[in-house]
Amino acid sequence: MLSTLQQPPRSLSRIPLHLKPLRSFFTVASASASQDQSSPPSSQILTLRRALLCRQTTATQLAESYISRLSLTEPHLHSFLHISDTLLRDAQLIDRKIEKGEDVGPLAGVLVGVKDNICTADMPSTGGSRILENYKAPFDATAVRRVKEKDGILIGKTNLDEFGMGSTTEASSFQVTANPWDLSRVPGGSSGGSAAAVSARQCMVSLGSDTGGSVRQPASFCGVVGLKPTYGRVSRFGLMAYASSLDVIGCFGTSVADTGILLHVISGHDRFDATSSNREVPDFSSQFTSINLVESKPLKGLKVGLIRETLEDGVDNGVKSAISGAASHLEELGCTVTEVSLPSFSLGLPAYYILASSESSSNLSRYDGVRYGNQVFAEELNALYNDSRAKGFGPEVQMRILMGTYALSAGYYDAYYKRAQQVRTLIRKSFKDALDDNDILISPVAPSAAYKIGEKKNDPLAMYAGDIMTVNVNLAGLPALVLPCGFVEGGPVGLPVGLQMIGAAFDEAKLLKVGHIFEQTLQGCRFVPPIVADDLAYSQR
Amino acid sequence: MKSSSSSTTQTATQEKQQNPQTKVSPRTQTKGIDKHIKDYEAIIGIETHVQLSTLTKAFCGCPYNYGAQPNTSICPVCMGLPGALPVLNSKVIEFAVKLGLALNCKLSFNSKFDRKQYFYPDLPKGYQISQFDIPIASNGYVDLDLPVEFGGGHRRFGITRVHMEEDAGKLLHSGNGRYLATLSHLLQVDLNRAGVPLLEIVSEPDMRNGIEAAEYAAEIQRVVRYLGISNGNMQEGSLRCDVNVSIRPIGQSEFGTKVEIKNLNSFSSVNRAIDFEISRQVLLHSQGQGNSIVQETRLWEEGAQKTVTMRKKEGLSDYRYFPEPDLPEVILKKEYVNSIQNSLPELPEMKRRRYENMGLSMQDVLFLANDINGADVKLATNWIMGDIAAYMKNEKVSINDIKLIPRELAELIASIKGGTISGKIGKEIVDPAEIEKMVDKVLSENPNQLEQYRAGKTKIQGYFAGQVMKLSKGKANPGLLNKILQQKLNASS
Repeated sequence: MLSTLQQPPRSLSRIPLHLKPLRSFFTVASASASQDQSSPPSSQILTLRRALLCRQTTATQLAESYISRLSLTEPHLHSFLHISDTLLRDAQLIDRKIEKGEDVGPLAGVLVGVKDNICTADMPSTGGSRILENYKAPFDATAVRRVKEKDGILIGKTNLDEFGMGSTTEASSFQVTANPWDLSRVPGGSSGGSAAAVSARQCMVSLGSDTGGSVRQPASFCGVVGLKPTYGRVSRFGLMAYASSLDVIGCFGTSVADTGILLHVISGHDRFDATSSNREVPDFSSQFTSINLVESKPLKGLKVGLIRETLEDGVDNGVKSAISGAASHLEELGCTVTEVSLPSFSLGLPAYYILASSESSSNLSRYDGVRYGNQVFAEELNALYNDSRAKGFGPEVQMRILMGTYALSAGYYDAYYKRAQQVRTLIRKSFKDALDDNDILISPVAPSAAYKIGEKKNDPLAMYAGDIMTVNVNLAGLPALVLPCGFVEGGPVGLPVGLQMIGAAFDEAKLLKVGHIFEQTLQGCRFVPPIVADDLAYSQR
Repeated sequence: MKSSSSSTTQTATQEKQQNPQTKVSPRTQTKGIDKHIKDYEAIIGIETHVQLSTLTKAFCGCPYNYGAQPNTSICPVCMGLPGALPVLNSKVIEFAVKLGLALNCKLSFNSKFDRKQYFYPDLPKGYQISQFDIPIASNGYVDLDLPVEFGGGHRRFGITRVHMEEDAGKLLHSGNGRYLATLSHLLQVDLNRAGVPLLEIVSEPDMRNGIEAAEYAAEIQRVVRYLGISNGNMQEGSLRCDVNVSIRPIGQSEFGTKVEIKNLNSFSSVNRAIDFEISRQVLLHSQGQGNSIVQETRLWEEGAQKTVTMRKKEGLSDYRYFPEPDLPEVILKKEYVNSIQNSLPELPEMKRRRYENMGLSMQDVLFLANDINGADVKLATNWIMGDIAAYMKNEKVSINDIKLIPRELAELIASIKGGTISGKIGKEIVDPAEIEKMVDKVLSENPNQLEQYRAGKTKIQGYFAGQVMKLSKGKANPGLLNKILQQKLNASS
């Protein structure tokens, strides 16, 4: 159907892993998917639910299989900073509920990874920072609480760039996470751990946070679905603030359906977050039409705008062709795809870095070593502050605090912060205009696929430039869905490339509907990284 | 609004300079500078922080009780834990609007919160949520009358702005208090107060001496108490005044260097600290050392009755204000403001004018209007028509013969209403019927003693009187009691 898409090479010979079969999971939850490398992704959550309710498997069996999988993959990936020690107990509780015939929530038995800047009461929450090493929050973030209330099981806390500041997960104070598609490459960031964990099937779905692309870019790099909701759709209570006016908790999954189910669970007003929206949360799962019911032009009449500014110089040809392939695919599904221009697009990057740094310089002031976190002993107050913060924060965080402090200083405020806010207003307006004329906008997620670990570590400007496609969406507060749409050369089997779909505020439902149909009809592409494919192949024998 | 009082202010300043000086404990410094003081004019502005008596803190659900054990009323939000977010207590807005209206301010129908950033251990987030460029209320004024003993006179002082913010915690110093030198051992932080809502009221620099400043602060206290938005207690820190004082030679238009004074725990310390500071600055000027007056924060030392340097200001602090992204804008609706306007109680100024129009002397007016409870007309009527009328009837005296003056009655009523004394204690029982009932009760309960009395042992009348007094909890009017008791004892004998 789509000759323009590059196929991932099938060779698995170079994968340095010898994984044990995960029978209980793969024979039940993923058997259908694993039969055929080209069949569309199915919802792991719904498959598991059916299996649990039909007593074909148990949550405990599933958890055990994930634990053994983790023990094999984690030494290569380093996706997690902490693994839950109550995993099996939590799973047993779900099984007991099912045995007793009690109602179980939509996430029953679903193993959820949580980015470590999202607070959990039962596990440490470090934000990837030395300054919060071993810090344990006394409460669950609202999103986490909602996951638990719907019977989801936390599997662990995932690695990230310190406090979400970075695009590679290399800025974690603790470890570097590898990309499951090529262990020598970054998984993207800052939610690199959450993306890698879902990609490598270390968990079914995960929570990340997205301030300037931190869910979407790693989703693209790791070949998974990533959803950045509208600002205010999901409570930020319990999310360690990086840039409060841009931060949003987002979801990762291996299918659009799973991502939508998770979003539905965590969405909605929260009295602990004054910026959370009162808007009603639609039932996103109603968007996931069965593939059998799909007509030949299921998206007939849908107007899609391809953002011209995202396909200009500096974008890899492989990425460009993957996106134009995706655009053709949308056309085949009945959409009208036209190029649109967002004139203020290029201003988004500097505006973003000014606003995000400014807010972060303020949000990170609370890490002063006085009440919690690592304190460097000092006899004098300023020395206590200086030493605790100098030793506690990594270089990237220190740089952003300095930039933000500068931008907010007397005499510079008008030139930087205020102008950046004006740019933000312009960007909002241009998105609104474009979305008045189009149902959705599409673009690449990043100018390239995953790059090598260390490649941009000493070139922050090059790394920042990679955020050009995503930061504008945060400035406008809009929802965006990223889903794998193709491959480029690189790594042992090729590297995935994601398509970004941007919708109108609070119209996640439309993105999920389009995304679901897109992935169900995208033929010849199976976004299972070699680290898992090897395991699947093994389990088939 | 400033111009309206400028001429009267000037005369009041001169006549007043003597007054407080005689009141203040004699200070060597002030001696001999009286002749210079009249050549200078003091410019005084006041920043007042009023702690609001909301049930919970400004941005979380913690209650605040003054004097509670340290760190017993805290939560992730007011501790500034990672991931915690502020959610505004809507009472704070209501109280701010009330005060804004009471101070004749213009309200900002669209205002916002901002972050004021600095590091200090009592500030858990590293920033204070405050309001910067768009305060909720601004450009108002307050009217007051100076006490008669200080020369009297009506004043109108401008209010620059009223804004909402949160309080910080408190540092607990142990040992010698040299906390910066030996930080980790001696410094502890109590965050009970962190996040308690405050209204900061900034005055125009309209005051010219200590009494005016003290009266301004007292009027703010009256207003917040009348509105029921704060207990206004200075000792507990529910009402805090920082004053700015500068002087300039009379006739000079530019301001002198201003000095901020902190640690003012009563209106009289406001008064005395300012007058001390004026004298200090005048003395320096008169000695040709005017340039040694520097912009600084000085501390009022109550014991020594003087101001001392606390910290010198090294240029302007840069608080790097920016809009608080965790809180939505504060949008006031017309109907909301109108409903608050319509529910405002009578304010002290209105009450003073009303009493004045009733022909009361200014001294009585000021006394009666001093406290919201001090002049409850209904209660006063009850007292006059009830107990006092009964007493007059019983004693066959006219109202002119009673020594009770309005101020004492007001004080009595205020004490009862304020709960200082109970209504019963307030009343000496002057109703003969009530005393008669008690006498009857005592007599019927003590038949043996009654028999003894009637047998001639008249000395035990004192015993009966004591029993009746006990029954009345000490409130029976002794004259009436003895009169009735005697009648009863001798009735059938």
